[in-house]
Amino acid sequence: MENRFVYADNAATTPVSKEVVEAMTPYLTDFWGNPSSMYSKGREARRGLDEARETVAAALGCAPNEVYFTSCGTEADNWAVKGGARYMRDKKGRTHVVTSKIEHPAVLRSCEALEREGFTVTYVNVKPNGVVDMNEMKNAITDDTAIVAVMLANNEIGTIQPIAEIAKLAHERGALMFTDAVQAVGAIRVDVGELGVDMLSLSGHKLNAPKGVGALYVKKGVRIAKFLDGGGQERMMRSGTENVAGIVGLATAIKSAVERLPDMERVRKMRDRLAGFILGNISHTIYNGDPDLRLPGNLNISFEYIEGESLLLLLDLAGICISTGSACSSNSLEPSHVLLALGLPAEKAHGSMRVSLSHLNTDEDVDYIIEKLPPIVARLRAMSPIYPGDDKQ
Amino acid sequence: MRRVTVAMSGGVDSSVAAFVLCRGGDDCVGATMKLFDNGDVGIPRDQACCSLDDVEDARAVCRRLGIDHFVFNFSDAFRRDVIGRFVSAYERGRTPNPCVDCNRYVKFDAFYRRSRELGREYIATGHYARTEFDEASGRWLLRRPVDRNKDQTYVLYSMTQDQLAHTVFPLGELTKPEVRAIAEREGFINAKKRDSQDICFVPDGRYAEFIESYTGKEYPPGDFIDADGAVIGRHGGVIRYTIGQRRGLGVSFCRPMYVAAVNTADNTVTLTPESGLYGSSLSAHGVNLISRETLESPVRVTAKIRYSHRECGAVAVMTDADALRVDFDEPQRAITSGQAVVLYDGDVVVGGATID
Repeated sequence: MENRFVYADNAATTPVSKEVVEAMTPYLTDFWGNPSSMYSKGREARRGLDEARETVAAALGCAPNEVYFTSCGTEADNWAVKGGARYMRDKKGRTHVVTSKIEHPAVLRSCEALEREGFTVTYVNVKPNGVVDMNEMKNAITDDTAIVAVMLANNEIGTIQPIAEIAKLAHERGALMFTDAVQAVGAIRVDVGELGVDMLSLSGHKLNAPKGVGALYVKKGVRIAKFLDGGGQERMMRSGTENVAGIVGLATAIKSAVERLPDMERVRKMRDRLAGFILGNISHTIYNGDPDLRLPGNLNISFEYIEGESLLLLLDLAGICISTGSACSSNSLEPSHVLLALGLPAEKAHGSMRVSLSHLNTDEDVDYIIEKLPPIVARLRAMSPIYPGDDKQ
Repeated sequence: MRRVTVAMSGGVDSSVAAFVLCRGGDDCVGATMKLFDNGDVGIPRDQACCSLDDVEDARAVCRRLGIDHFVFNFSDAFRRDVIGRFVSAYERGRTPNPCVDCNRYVKFDAFYRRSRELGREYIATGHYARTEFDEASGRWLLRRPVDRNKDQTYVLYSMTQDQLAHTVFPLGELTKPEVRAIAEREGFINAKKRDSQDICFVPDGRYAEFIESYTGKEYPPGDFIDADGAVIGRHGGVIRYTIGQRRGLGVSFCRPMYVAAVNTADNTVTLTPESGLYGSSLSAHGVNLISRETLESPVRVTAKIRYSHRECGAVAVMTDADALRVDFDEPQRAITSGQAVVLYDGDVVVGGATID
C-alpha cells in the first residue's frame, strides 16, 4: 500500500471542518463587533452568539440560558469543580468532594487545589474494565459531599461511566453532580436530562471546531461560584468579551456532530476490526478498558516488551498518528494514571497505544495501520533486551 | 552521512554539539530525556519547573537549527538505575557518582537503544571527550578532549566498544570559551546559561534530606569513633557523611577531624586527623576496559579517584575477572568507596571500576 497520512488521535484533537471555517469566517471578517455593544455592529455579533447558544443547548437537550461558553474544556472543568465546591462550602458548609481515579488532569488537579483549600477529596477506584466501582461510590458520597465529579467517557480508554446512576446517588445526599463530557460529546448521545447532571463540560476542538472554545452546562437553579470577574458577560458568571467566531464554530460543529451520530456505528466497526486484528495477530498484547461500555472510536492496547514512545515515533515515521500511555508531552512523565488505576503494572502501561478514530477515518486507514503496525512491533521487540520471543506466553 | 540523535539537555554544551554536527552535514534530530518529575525529587511541583524549562530551551535550539526535537521519557530507568543506586549506595556507607550510572544505564543504554529503534545508528552528546578508532589494536579509544579543564572522560569510563563506535562527541576538539562563543554568535537562548552544578535531581546539594524524603526512612544517630574505636561524639545518621568530609560534623575537636570510614554495620562513623585519610592502594570492582582487552599483568597508568581529582601515577592490575587493584606512587587523600577509579595512559582512557 502506498504511504498515507493516517490521523488516528482524535481524542487529542480534531481538524477544523470546512463548514465550521465557513460558518466562522463572517464573524472574523464582517461581524467583528463586540456583542455587548448596542449599535448594529454589536447586534450582528450578538445574534451569532445567541444563535450559537441555542444550537448548543439543542444539541445537549437543555435551555440556552443553561449554556456558558468558556475558553476550553479545562476551563469548564476547573469552573465546575472549584465553583461548585466553593459555593457548597460557603452556603451549605460542605467540604468534601468525590471523584474517580481516572479523571482528566483538569479535574484531578482542580480537586488537589481544593484539598489545599481545606476540602477532603475521595478518589473512587475503578474496576479492571475502567468502570467506577459503584459500591465504593455509594459509600464515598456523604451528607458533607459538596460535589461529585465523574467523567462521562474516559479520554484514554474510552470507558463510559454510569453517570445517571451516580447522579442519583449524589442527589440523594444533596450533592452537586458534574460530568466531564469532553470526550463524549459528538461520539455518543449526550442529553443532560437523561444523565441527570447539574453540570457538564465540553470542548470545541474535540469535535472539529477550533481550539480555544468550550462550554459548561449549568442546570437552571444550580448555583456555583462565578469564575471570572469583570464586565459581566455570560450572565455575570464568566466575564470576558465573548470569542464569537469560536463560539459560532463550536455551535456549527456540535450540530453536525449530533447529526452524524449514526455514522459512529461505522467508526465502531472499524475500531473493532483493528482490535480484532491486533489481538489475533500480535502476541503479548493486552486489551485495556471495556469492549462494550466504550466510545466507538477508542481503542487502547498494551504491547508488552515495547515502550509506547518508541511505537509512537515509529508509527509517526510511517505517517500514522496515535498516542501512548506514557504520554511523550514534555510535562507528562508518568505512566498513565488511568492504566495504573485499572491495575496494569507500570511496565505494561508504558507500552500502551491509544487509537482514536473519527468519522473522518476510512477502511483504508485501518488497512494501512494493519499493514504497518506488525513489522514495527516486531522490530521493536527484536531490539528489546527483555523480549522472550513469540512462542512463550 | 551519519544519522544521529543528539542528546540535548537544554544546556549550552549539547546545543553547540548539535550545531557542530548539523554544520558538518550529519542528519540530526535532537532529543531531551525526561528523567524525573520535580515533585518526585523534592522540588516543589508548582515551582516553575526547571527541567521543563530545559526541554523548552532544547526545543528552541532545535527550531533554530531546523531539526526535529523529541522528548524521551526515561523516568523509570532513571529512578531505578540512577536514583535507586544512589540511595542504596549511601545507605551502605558509600559515596556514589550518579553521573556515571546515568551515562551507563540511561544515556548510552536506553537513549542509544531508542535512537537505533528510530533508525539512527549514532548518538551524540555534549560531553568534552574524544573517540578514535585504533587500527593497531582494532579497538575504539576514549581520549581526553582538547579542553583539559572540561575533561569529562571520567564519567564515561563505562562505555563499551559498541557504544564508542556509535557515539559522537562533537565538543572534543573545542574549548568551553569557544563553545560559549558559538552559542552567542548563533543566538541560542541558553548561551548565557550557567553550567550545571551538583547532582541534577538534588539541585540544592542536600543529599541526606533528599534520601530521607525519597525513602521515607529515618537514619538513626550513632557514635563517632576514633581509629581505636573510642567513642568521641555523636553523629546524625550515616547517610550524612562521606569520606574526607570535615564540615558539618556538628562536633568540635581540638584539631581538625575528618571522616575516615562510614560503618553501617554498627552505625558508627570513624573520624581521623588529616594524616589518617591517606591510602596508597585500592581495590575496585565492576571493571570496564576500553583501550585494552585485558589487564592481567600490571601496567603503569595514571589514576583518578574522583571527578575533580588530580590524577596520580599508579600501577594497576586485574586480580580476577571483575576486580582491579591500583597501587599509587604516592598516598592519596580520601579514597572513597562508591566513587569510580579511572585509569589513563596519557590521553587515552584505559578503563575504570567502582572503588570497593
